[in-house]
Amino acid sequence: MIERIVWLMIARTREFYRDLSSLGWNFLFPIFVIVGFGFIFNGRANGVLKVGVVGGTEAVKTAEILIDPKHNQIVPFASLDAGLDRVRHHRVDLLLDPSTRPPKYWVSESSPKGYLAEKLLVAAASPPKAGASATLEKATVQGREIPYAEWAFPGVLGMNLMFSALWGVGYVLVRYRKNGMLRRIRATPVRAWEFLTAQVLSRIVILMCATALVYLGCWALYHFECRGSLLLLTFVFFMGSLSMISLGMLVASRGQSEEFANGLLNMFSWPMMFLSEVWFSLEGSSPAVKAASNALPLTHLVRSARAIMNDGAGWSQVAPSLGYMAVVTVVCMVVGSAIFQWSDK
Amino acid sequence: MRSPILEVRDLKKTYPAKRGSPEPVRAVDGVSFSVHAGECFGLLGPNGAGKSTTLEVAEGILAPTSGEVFFQGKVRDVTFRDRVGIQFQNTELPSSLTVKETLEVFSHLYSRRASIDELVRLCRLEDLLKRDNKRLSGGQRQRLLLALALVNDPELVFLDEPTTGLDPQARRHLWEIVQGIKGRGKTVILTTHYMEEAQLLCDRLVIMDRGRIIAEGTPGDLLSRHFSGVSLVLKTGKGAVGGLPWPVYETEEGLEIMADDVNACVRALMDRGVDLTGMSVRSRNLEDLFLQLTGKDLRA
Repeated sequence: MIERIVWLMIARTREFYRDLSSLGWNFLFPIFVIVGFGFIFNGRANGVLKVGVVGGTEAVKTAEILIDPKHNQIVPFASLDAGLDRVRHHRVDLLLDPSTRPPKYWVSESSPKGYLAEKLLVAAASPPKAGASATLEKATVQGREIPYAEWAFPGVLGMNLMFSALWGVGYVLVRYRKNGMLRRIRATPVRAWEFLTAQVLSRIVILMCATALVYLGCWALYHFECRGSLLLLTFVFFMGSLSMISLGMLVASRGQSEEFANGLLNMFSWPMMFLSEVWFSLEGSSPAVKAASNALPLTHLVRSARAIMNDGAGWSQVAPSLGYMAVVTVVCMVVGSAIFQWSDK
Repeated sequence: MRSPILEVRDLKKTYPAKRGSPEPVRAVDGVSFSVHAGECFGLLGPNGAGKSTTLEVAEGILAPTSGEVFFQGKVRDVTFRDRVGIQFQNTELPSSLTVKETLEVFSHLYSRRASIDELVRLCRLEDLLKRDNKRLSGGQRQRLLLALALVNDPELVFLDEPTTGLDPQARRHLWEIVQGIKGRGKTVILTTHYMEEAQLLCDRLVIMDRGRIIAEGTPGDLLSRHFSGVSLVLKTGKGAVGGLPWPVYETEEGLEIMADDVNACVRALMDRGVDLTGMSVRSRNLEDLFLQLTGKDLRA
């Protein structure tokens, strides 16, 4: 049994690294991502600005005098500490406390969007001829700041891992089924779960290598810092890879139309791209959006990786997300193996 | 009498109705046969006759709608796939693996293994070991697939149309390999629509049409049971031979007369003033038998 799994895994891995197009996609794409990071560092940021407001409904109403809600998203915070934490993590671009006299705001010096938010706030609050900061008090966040690139980096790694896992397993399985390769394997004593386990293990090796390469590349170029344990970070990416590969396997457990598989894989990957806080925070989003986000394995991967890299979180802090990814893995593997179809007949 | 290594009883396989057709497709309709250890057993018939479906049910790849399959007198169990070798009609192989790597991988999927060196010699793969599967010709690929069907030193080998699509030389190479497999005492079950292949390789065969067996026996028995004469092939039109007491078929070459008495037939043709220049006489074969039984060409 183990021997069969190992040999199938070796075969699949050899196939992968000898296929230049697959190799290129999995290893060159992350390098393009690294280059893309260079642009992020240039401070070009866009999109709606998020301004945190300390206090309840009254504070928000007061803040709306200074902040145009059409162009800014206002995110209320019950406490100053909670708001400052979000500024530090670039999940909001600026924090305003309208209850103080004069009103006080906090920005992160390393946030390009924070800079823009500050300019808009100061312009809105000041009479044209008065000094810009005369009516507001500025403060910068205290403690260790998290540059945006460092905040976004775990998300990019997770996104790359998601695409590689879903297509590298899901799409390939459907192709194998279509061209009769699965039927040939079925003619041997190999059982469905053995074959699928071999595919999962092979892709895990590939994904972990690709992720390590991107990590090292970014570390060499931009000197990112991992504040937590590298071992724990590796384990988080391992669990994230497992859950994503299992999801791809479940999607491809039946059917032999590559077009249909492509559509299904897109149906899973695109919501994850936008709802898993890869590029931007969902702070201030509706509870429904947050619930949907929490159901996605990529959210848990990115959240855990960020907690380790940015805040130095330990095992106990990321345990719930690790548990969730383990559950997704087991459910997808069990259901995928149970409904797995070797051929269309 | 030898006990059968494989026995198929009243096998039926029905597929759901296709789009635009109200009727389900009955691919196999009550097929029964027994295969004895050490023999080469053939399923002969045209495309769509139900040969491959019958074979795939016997292999355990497809589930039957009804009927039973016994291996060595028992219902097939989990060890069945470890003890048989299967070659499908159309199968892709990992394109970036070499021939040697493919043999190694498949060999390790079974609990018992044949010597790879011996398989390489038997299937004439010596010069191809380092070649990627994607660079193999049709004949080379079939030889590799045949070797893969033998990697577990099986007691029973299933070959589904092993020579379809091959050129005559590659086909002959494969026939020699199958004869080599027979020579090692293996039991072979093969499907084919080439009557010469069946005649050359099979000890016993069944002829199938529309999901049913229409004839069964050794090639010699079948021919002697249904034919007593020969075929006369003439390069002339049908109008010239009207009123002959023997069946006459139009072929690409001209006319073919299935005569049980050559002398009487030749006399009758001469009486009618038919030009016998270019006439040839040949023995009846399985293709003629199929034509006689169904009125259809075997390769249709």
